[in-house]
Amino acid sequence: MKFLNRKTVVLAALGASAILAGCEAPPPETIQNGYRGLQMQTNYNPRLLQASLEANVPPDPIPASAEGGPLAKDVYKNVQVLGNLTVNEFNRLMVALTNWVAPEQGCYYCHVSDGGFEEDGIYTKVTSRRMLQMTQDTNANWKDHVADTGITCYTCHRGNPVPEYVWVTDPGPGQPTALAPTGQNIAAASVAYSSLPYDPFTPFLLQDNDIRVIGDTVLPQGNRRSIKQAEWTYGLMMHMSDSLGVNCTYCHNSRSFYSWDQSPPQRTTAWYAIRHVRELNNDYVVPLTDILPDSRKGPLGDVYKVYCATCHQGAYKPLYGAPMVKDYPSLQGPIPEGGLAAKKAAEEAAAAASEGDTPPAQAKAEMPVVAEPEPAEAAASDEQAKAEPPAPAPEAAAEEEPAEATADAPVEQQPQQYPPRLQYPPPSMMRYPPAPLQYPPAPQTR
Amino acid sequence: MAMLSFEKKYRVRGGTLLGGDLFDFWVGPFYVGFFGVSTIFFATLGTLLIIWGAAMGPTWNPWEINIAPPDLSYGLGMAPLMEGGLWQFITICAIGAFVSWALRQAEIARKLGMGLHVPIAFGFAILAYVTLVVIRPVLLGAWGHGFPYGIFSHLDWVSNVGYQYLHFHYNPAHMLAITFFFTNALALALHGSLILSMTNPQKGEPVKTGEHENTFFRDLVGYSIGALGIHRLGLFLAINAAFWSAVCIVLSGPFWTRGWPEWWNWWLELPFWS
Repeated sequence: MKFLNRKTVVLAALGASAILAGCEAPPPETIQNGYRGLQMQTNYNPRLLQASLEANVPPDPIPASAEGGPLAKDVYKNVQVLGNLTVNEFNRLMVALTNWVAPEQGCYYCHVSDGGFEEDGIYTKVTSRRMLQMTQDTNANWKDHVADTGITCYTCHRGNPVPEYVWVTDPGPGQPTALAPTGQNIAAASVAYSSLPYDPFTPFLLQDNDIRVIGDTVLPQGNRRSIKQAEWTYGLMMHMSDSLGVNCTYCHNSRSFYSWDQSPPQRTTAWYAIRHVRELNNDYVVPLTDILPDSRKGPLGDVYKVYCATCHQGAYKPLYGAPMVKDYPSLQGPIPEGGLAAKKAAEEAAAAASEGDTPPAQAKAEMPVVAEPEPAEAAASDEQAKAEPPAPAPEAAAEEEPAEATADAPVEQQPQQYPPRLQYPPPSMMRYPPAPLQYPPAPQTR
Repeated sequence: MAMLSFEKKYRVRGGTLLGGDLFDFWVGPFYVGFFGVSTIFFATLGTLLIIWGAAMGPTWNPWEINIAPPDLSYGLGMAPLMEGGLWQFITICAIGAFVSWALRQAEIARKLGMGLHVPIAFGFAILAYVTLVVIRPVLLGAWGHGFPYGIFSHLDWVSNVGYQYLHFHYNPAHMLAITFFFTNALALALHGSLILSMTNPQKGEPVKTGEHENTFFRDLVGYSIGALGIHRLGLFLAINAAFWSAVCIVLSGPFWTRGWPEWWNWWLELPFWS
């Protein structure tokens, strides 16, 4: 055995250190999410986890304001969303909002300095108003996603006027290639540095293309979706994993990605999250396109939009689940007539009524009743008209699911037609309509 | 079992690693030895424990029988028998059986005055297994990281471990291992077909020898590795396939917690690129 001479040993040592140089040191932090031995588990590098924990601490809440006093709408002018708050509550929220969003710029980031505070002559004020409604809508109507933890401005903004993690439709690196925009040979940060389509957000978080590509039968019976389509889905999933600091097994048993009965409950939250983000983008963010300046838009002129990383920022729950919104009842939902005091009284009455006769599980199921966000605003109505399909309500979306699952089965009913079921991002970018659906014909029609 | 006339002179005492003359005899064609006995002991005990575990479990469906390792919460300690302890005993038995088998190979090789290439090569297969169920779990701090003993369940383990790192094909050692496995198959196919083609000539032709073998490959690709060389190459490829498989899994977790695609950022961050 002359293999073990000095040269070979040196070469082997060099090779080993080359591989390890890019690596981390054991032991990692591991969390078991499934049955023993199944390896559904989350892995953390303790050093990076510590840094992330330290970076995701919410600011201390501002002390609650004194109760009572006149309402903001009676004292100030042009208060459209928060008018039912008392002046004290209103000012407390304004201070908090300034700290969360524009701590350096101060009040005049959103208010015209030489006009009155009521002036709407600055785009940031109009935008903030819409964002306040978005926050209230989220906390009131998307509990399937945000639970009672809720969100505040700080969840996304973290002291920045523009949240650090936003996306725009990506026209690609502009290389001459026949492969755009499938992400071939590009390590895109948006998809965790894999070589997958680098903008899965436009088709899935703005448009509502079908994310599911996998068939639900053992043999490929009638599922015409292609590997190219799967790459778009995988691109989105890579982003979700990366944004939440988790891996595929956080929501899936990978032996059967489609199977809901083998998936952890987190997957349900993620299912609602996708619909939620899609609604935020279509109902709240995109309608601001005409108001926002070019500095808030991407190369194709679309505004900065929301995706998973916007709030999560590497944590499986934003701010590691710190329940921030409980200190800011004014953000928990649209403020009813009579202000927070009336709201609180109504909640207590409801709790007292439901106690005893309704089992808690049932009560929970009834909770996300769709209260169509009806902010009493002139602006809101035409914005809603602009968003072409009415926002999918959580329940309507839930009903979609079984329909989606069975849709593949009866292929024979619609032979020859193969209506394209997917609309991919800017059609001009899709030089190859991604193999879907049209070719080759289903076996039955050959 | 009849013994060929010349075999007697190879059936000599001595050369054992352990136990001296104990069990230093043959049963039929099989050499027994101390490690033959220990192989049978561990293999039988382990198999019976698996059958017992299956009997305790919910199914006799051979695909679904599952002897799973303990929960991660047991760390590197012992677990109750029905909650992973059985897996721990079976693992001990498996390692005992595999190592005994390798040592029995070594004893036979010593008796015959051969090199120890066979047990060393088999040792790499053992290394791969031990990496999965001992080295990596110890580095990660819990026996629960070992793979479960069951047909479907170990496939689930493989799939889920891969997806823990988002895209396992970006694992550099996995790339090497796959390459070695494929090249190994290629080399074996070329070698096997070459030898058969020499010993099964066309009708009326004599059986060919090494000259023809070498000439065929020189004509084809300009070079023949030769009769000894092809076996060196084969051993090199096979050992590396097992070795890099072990490396690729021991890196995943103990030395890397994020998606494997991200690992390649060292390449993107090289200063002279950007």
